[in-house]
Amino acid sequence: MARAELMDFDKALELFEPVIGLEVHVELNTTTKMFSPAPNPANSAYHGAEPNTLVSPVCLGLPGSLPVVNGDAVRSSISLGLALGCSIAPSSRFARKNYFYPDLAKNYQISQYDEPIAFEGSVQVELVNGRVFDVPIERAHMEEDAGKLTHVGGSTGRIQGAEYSLVDYNRAGVPLVEIVTKPIFGAEADAPELAKAYVSTIRDIALSLGISEARMERGNLRCDANVSLRPRGAEQLGIRTETKNVNSFRSIERAVRYEIQRQAAILAKGGSITQETRHWHEDTGTTSPGRPKSDADDYRYFPEPDLLPVVPSAELIEELRAALPEPPAAHRRRLKAEWGFTDLEFQDVANSGLLVELEETVKAGATPAAARKWWTGEIARLANAAGQDAASLVIPEHVAELAQLVDAGTLTDRLARQVLEGVVAGEGSPQQIVDARGLAVVSDDGALIAAIDEALASQPDVLAKIRDGKVQAAGAVIGAVMKAMHGKADAARVRELVLERAQG
Amino acid sequence: MSEISAEQVAHLANLARIALTDEEIGHLTTELAQIMHAVEKVSEVATPDVPPTSHPIPMQNVYRDDVVGASVLSVDEALAGAPERDGNRFVVSAILGEEQ
Repeated sequence: MARAELMDFDKALELFEPVIGLEVHVELNTTTKMFSPAPNPANSAYHGAEPNTLVSPVCLGLPGSLPVVNGDAVRSSISLGLALGCSIAPSSRFARKNYFYPDLAKNYQISQYDEPIAFEGSVQVELVNGRVFDVPIERAHMEEDAGKLTHVGGSTGRIQGAEYSLVDYNRAGVPLVEIVTKPIFGAEADAPELAKAYVSTIRDIALSLGISEARMERGNLRCDANVSLRPRGAEQLGIRTETKNVNSFRSIERAVRYEIQRQAAILAKGGSITQETRHWHEDTGTTSPGRPKSDADDYRYFPEPDLLPVVPSAELIEELRAALPEPPAAHRRRLKAEWGFTDLEFQDVANSGLLVELEETVKAGATPAAARKWWTGEIARLANAAGQDAASLVIPEHVAELAQLVDAGTLTDRLARQVLEGVVAGEGSPQQIVDARGLAVVSDDGALIAAIDEALASQPDVLAKIRDGKVQAAGAVIGAVMKAMHGKADAARVRELVLERAQG
Repeated sequence: MSEISAEQVAHLANLARIALTDEEIGHLTTELAQIMHAVEKVSEVATPDVPPTSHPIPMQNVYRDDVVGASVLSVDEALAGAPERDGNRFVVSAILGEEQ
């Protein structure tokens, strides 16, 4: 496939105004599915189950099976709607979205169409430069996820040229809330970053509500990014593309930026944009055309006759509203004060989308400073090198354990970095890796003193200098001792002991 | 009065992945037109003061507790109706370029 021509990003913004729209799917972590009592693989208790082991007749659309709504999924959806500042519909109903594709066995997806459960909201999103955006929410509706297809055969993988497909219906029927923004104007050069920051905020909200595991790498949170450009001064919106398969925070930013550059190059040449779905390719950092966008008419939506309207009482809505956690913006202000970070330190964390990780790490026993150091330092570096999100590399509990091992003097920073690499490679918890690799610092003074005495004896000139008060000469001895200890000693303690023994 | 064209029928058949001959399309166009006319009779009584309904029984908020039920199938039960299986999964014909 020929690589698309791209216009320089700044140049594209001079000529065109980008307008973006975002659709985020949030998988709820209820115990069971949306319409069936089968276990929900988006709940971590059932994650990674063998294919087709979490299915009931409803998930497979077997004749005679009937869906029944999961009450907890409705409550989670209302809570999410409220947290997005939405109004909750006094009455909403389900609809069938008809399409014939084997990811759903019934040939339709149960969704909501003309009566979503939540509508007209707004979410505050903060950017790196401190700019705060009110992202307008159009609606949030309940639906079910589809099964997972694996395409086999053909030369190019994915779909093109596939000879057959394998289907796992475990994910079919997982409760989803789809959150749709209104067109977002005025982000300008911040549009790619805003897209990322918005999804990160949705993740924070979902996690604070406890309604989703919200792990992008597991597909708990998925984003489709709509991008269109209009020439400066034009009233009418340009034709948009919808980029799917954008499954990391990094990718969201890159995909929006890419589409702005690609569309600008086409429009500047007098070409026109095809309204279509495009697929994001993480490896090449490009998008490629998928199917032409279907008209809503082609889905032949109609009210789902097997389900009854959802009519939440005012009492229920108020009960859920009262139980809402702090909104993300207020939450951030409180954390910043509690952690005692400077503006810059706090922004560093917030902009990396790591607030939740830090909070969990502190809860698990690390100091805020140590948690920040690890997440924004070594873990971010490893994530960057691997092209992944930091949150997907390691869990907060392990980071806290690592920080505590350093605090206790069991590990030096250098050893801790080695242990972290082991954790990322899946070798176990930090303590397990320390035990397995024998990485702990030698804190037995006896062993250190023996090595120090030996080093001093073999370097009498250094010993003489130290005795003359030339303390900096001790470096040579410390180096020799650290080498003898294979780096598994605390250099500060070795220094103390060297000076002590030299005088003796 | 709504009409349905042969092109619309062909389009619907395509969406439903049903292969129809021209003869079948012609025949179905006539039949569907008759069905639509029959259904249209509803509009004679659907006045603005009659709210639309999506369900004949006035019930609402019928929910299930979030508890795993006994209807969960074993893999073999789940795959019992599969035309073909590969390990734990269903085998289906590949459909090109139409991922939803």
